[in-house]
Amino acid sequence: MSKPLLAVEHLDLSIGDRPVLRDVGLTLEAGEVLGIVGESGSGKSMTANAIMQLLPETAQWTGSIRLDGKALEGYDEARMCTVRGREIGMVFQEPMTALNPVRTIGDQVAETVRIHTDASRREARDIARETLNRVGLPEERFSLDRYPHDLSGGQRQRVVIAMAIVLKPKLLIADEPTTALDVTTQANILALLKRLVAEDGAGLVLITHDLAVMAGMADRIVVMRNGAIVEDGRTQTLFTTPHHPHTKALLEASTSAPAGKRQLETSAEILTVSGVVRDYALPRRSLFSPAASFCAVDHVSMALRRGENVGLVGESGCGKSTLVRTILGLDPLTTGSIEIGGLPFHAAGSKPDQALRRKVQVVFQDPYASFDPRHRVARLIGEPFHLLADAPRGKQRRERIAAALADVGLQPDDAERYIHEFSGGERQRIAIARALIIEPEIIVLDEAVSALDVSIRSRILDLLADLSRRRSIAYLFVSHDLSVVRAITDRIYVMQAGRIIEEGETERVFAEPRHAYTRSLIAATPDIERELAKSRRKAERAATP
Amino acid sequence: MLQFILRRIAVLVPTFIGVSLIAFSFIRLLPGDPVILMAGEHGMTPAQHAAAMHALGLDKSLPLQYLDYLGGVLTGDFGSSVVTKRPVIDEFFSRFPATLELSICAMILAVGIGIPAGMLAAIKRGSVLEQGIMGTALIGYSMPIFWWGPLLIILFSGILGWTPVSGRISLMYYFPTPTGFMLIDSLLSGQEGAFTSALSHLVLPAIVLATIPLAVIARQTRSAMLEVLGEDYVRTARAKGMPPRRVVGIHALRNAMIPVVTTIGLQVGVLMAGAILTETIFSWPGIGKWMVDSVFRRDYPVIQGGLLIIAIIIMLVNLAVDVLYGFINPRIRHT
Repeated sequence: MSKPLLAVEHLDLSIGDRPVLRDVGLTLEAGEVLGIVGESGSGKSMTANAIMQLLPETAQWTGSIRLDGKALEGYDEARMCTVRGREIGMVFQEPMTALNPVRTIGDQVAETVRIHTDASRREARDIARETLNRVGLPEERFSLDRYPHDLSGGQRQRVVIAMAIVLKPKLLIADEPTTALDVTTQANILALLKRLVAEDGAGLVLITHDLAVMAGMADRIVVMRNGAIVEDGRTQTLFTTPHHPHTKALLEASTSAPAGKRQLETSAEILTVSGVVRDYALPRRSLFSPAASFCAVDHVSMALRRGENVGLVGESGCGKSTLVRTILGLDPLTTGSIEIGGLPFHAAGSKPDQALRRKVQVVFQDPYASFDPRHRVARLIGEPFHLLADAPRGKQRRERIAAALADVGLQPDDAERYIHEFSGGERQRIAIARALIIEPEIIVLDEAVSALDVSIRSRILDLLADLSRRRSIAYLFVSHDLSVVRAITDRIYVMQAGRIIEEGETERVFAEPRHAYTRSLIAATPDIERELAKSRRKAERAATP
Repeated sequence: MLQFILRRIAVLVPTFIGVSLIAFSFIRLLPGDPVILMAGEHGMTPAQHAAAMHALGLDKSLPLQYLDYLGGVLTGDFGSSVVTKRPVIDEFFSRFPATLELSICAMILAVGIGIPAGMLAAIKRGSVLEQGIMGTALIGYSMPIFWWGPLLIILFSGILGWTPVSGRISLMYYFPTPTGFMLIDSLLSGQEGAFTSALSHLVLPAIVLATIPLAVIARQTRSAMLEVLGEDYVRTARAKGMPPRRVVGIHALRNAMIPVVTTIGLQVGVLMAGAILTETIFSWPGIGKWMVDSVFRRDYPVIQGGLLIIAIIIMLVNLAVDVLYGFINPRIRHT
C-alpha cells in the first residue's frame, strides 16, 4: 500500500487545562475524500486546526501529523507558514466574514501566490484570474477588482476556495464549507469542491455535521465525539451498518420526523395575509433620476389555520425574512393587509394593532445573538409580559416563568442564570419559552433550528410538535432547509423573488412538485438514501468492465 | 466616489448654518447691547448710541441682521476688530500658520506614536508591555494641559535648561517668513542655528498639545486592532501561510484604521481647544492665544469671527476625514 498523504496518529490536544482531543488518528490517501462528522464541540474543527497548526497560544499537543511523509510536529512557525496555503489549503465555514472587506478579491487570491512563490504582481494576478475562472467566477462578470461586499455568500465561498486551491495544494481542508449557504448554492459548492479535488488529485478533509452532505461526498467517514474518534469506515458501510451507539443516534436524529403528524380538520383561519407588497427605496443613481425601488415582497397572500404547521421555504434573498417582518408588524406594508383571527392587524399606511400583536411570537435563528447577555433568563423570558395590559407580578409572575421553563424541559432554577451558561439547544428552548409565555396563537420560527446539531435539532422539533398538539398553536416555519420543513409541516409555501410560486400539502409538494423552481430546490437538498444509492450505482458501474 | 464626496459636502451646508447661527447669537445673547459694551466707561449720548447702532446695523430686525451677517461671511467679511480696527480675517490669517505648525507637529507626534503603541499593546495582549502602554495612555489622557505644560517647563526649561520657555524662535534671529511656518522659514533663511532654535521652541508645546490625542489614538487603535485580530479574515490570511507579522501589517491594520481615522478627525477639535491653553502657557502667537486675548479685551467681532472660522476649519478637516474614510473602506462608497 502506498504511503498515505496525511497520517495523524495519537493526537492529544489541550487548550489551557482543558483536554480537547484524545488519541485522534486518521489517514487520507491522495484523491480521497475523508469526512469528519460530529456535533459541535466534538473536536472536528480542532482536528483541522491542529493539522494546520492554527491553534490558540495556550494550546499544547502531542502525537504525530505526517503530510506526504514529512513530520509536521517538528515544524516551527516559520516553516509551518511555508506549508499553509502551499501544501494545505483551507476553506472555512463563514464566507461572509472569511474575506478581508477592504481588499479586492483579485488581491486576496493573488496574495497566496505572492506569499509562496516569487511571481511578480502581474503573474500572480494572472494566476488568480485563471483560478477564479476555475471556481466558476468568470472574467466577464467577476473582475479582479471587485470587493467581497458586492458578492453573494456562494460567490464569496468560491473566492475562499480559489484562495485555498490557487497553488494546487496536496491537501484541502473544508470546515463546514456550506453550512451557511442555501441548498442550491450548497449543491453547487460541493460539486465544485469534488471536481477540483478530482482534477488536482488532492486529498480532501471535509468537516460537517450534516450527514446527508457526507453521504454524497465522502469516501470514508470518521465520527467524533467529545474529542475522540468513536467510529470510522467506508461511507456505505458506516451508513448501512453503524456499530457505535453514537453513530446510530446521529443517523436516527438526522432522519427522524417528529412522531404523530396529525390529520387536521379544517379549523378557522388565524392568520390571513392578503396581497402584501413591500417595496424598498433604493439609493438614487444620480441626483436627478427618479428613486428606484426594490420589491422584496410581491403580492403575497397566505393563510394559517389554528393549530396548523405551515412552512415557508426559499433561498436567501427571496423575501422570506421581509415577509416575516411584516407579519410581526416590524416592517410597514406598501399595500395589502394582514388579519389575525379575522381582525385587522396591520394594513398599508397604518400602525400594527398592539393588542393583536401579542398573539404572534417569534423564535429567531441565532439563539445567542437574540438575547441580551446581561439579563437573567427570568427577565428575558418575562419580557413579552409588557404586551399585556394586566401583566402578572410578583409570585404569580415567577410561577408563570417557572411553568414556561418546565414546558420546554428546563428547570425552574434556570431562571436565575445568564444566557451564556446554556448550550445552543438550551438557548433555543429558552427562546421558545419566551415565545410561549403569553400564550400566543401563532409562533413564527425563523430558521429556528438551522444552527443546531442534528440530535439537538430533532429534540427541539419533537418539543415543538408536542407543544403544538397540546396548545393548538399555529407555527409558521421559515427555513431554507427542506428536510426540516418536510418533517414538521402540514402545508408549505415556496417563495422565489418575492412571490409565492407554489403552495400545497407538504407531502404533495415533495412528491409531485409543480413548479420548476420547487423541483430544483428539492433536487439540491442532500438526502442520505439518495446519495448512498447514487454512489452505490457509481461503484457498480466502475466494477463492471 | 465623486458622488460620495459631493454628498458629504452637501451635509456641511446645514452644519454651517447651525454654526453661523450660534456665532451670530453669541453676541446678541450677552446682557446689554454690544455698543454700550464697546463704549465701556466712556459713556455715550442716546444720539451717539443710536448712530452707533445704525452704523453696526443693529437697529434692524434679528433675521435681517443674520442675513447681513451671513452675506458678509460668505463674501469673506467676518467683521473688524474693535481694538485694532483690522479685518478679523486678516488678523486670523496672520496668526493661523503658527497654530497650524504647532497642531501639525502635535498630530504627527500623536499619530506617529499613538498608532504603533496601540498596535503593540494589541499584539502583546496581556503582557507587561500592554499594561505599561495602556497605563501611560490613561495618565496622559487624564493630564490637564494647564498643569502638564508648566510641569514640563519647570523640568526642561527651568531645571535642565534644555528648551526655551516661550515664543516661536529666539529674538536674535530675524528673517522673512514667506510660509509662516517657522521650521521651514528658518531653514530657508539659511541662518545658522535658526532651525535648531525654532525646533527647540516647538518641542514642548507640541508634546503638551499631543498628549491627549496621543492617548486617545493609542487606546482606540488597541481596541480596534484587538477586534480585527479576532476576525475570520485574519484567520484566513494565516491559513494562506502568511507570517503573523505580515498578517497584522497587511490585513489587520487597514481594517483597524477605519475607526481610528474617525477618532483622529475628532481629535482636531480637541487640538483646537488644547491650542487655546497651550498657546497661552507657552506665549505661542497663534489663534488660540489671539482668541484668549480677544476675550480679555472684549473684542466681540474677533471672538465671533474667530469662532466661526475655527468651526469652518474643523468642518473641512472632518470632510477630509470622511473622504479618506471612503478610500480606506470600499463599502462606504456605495452607501
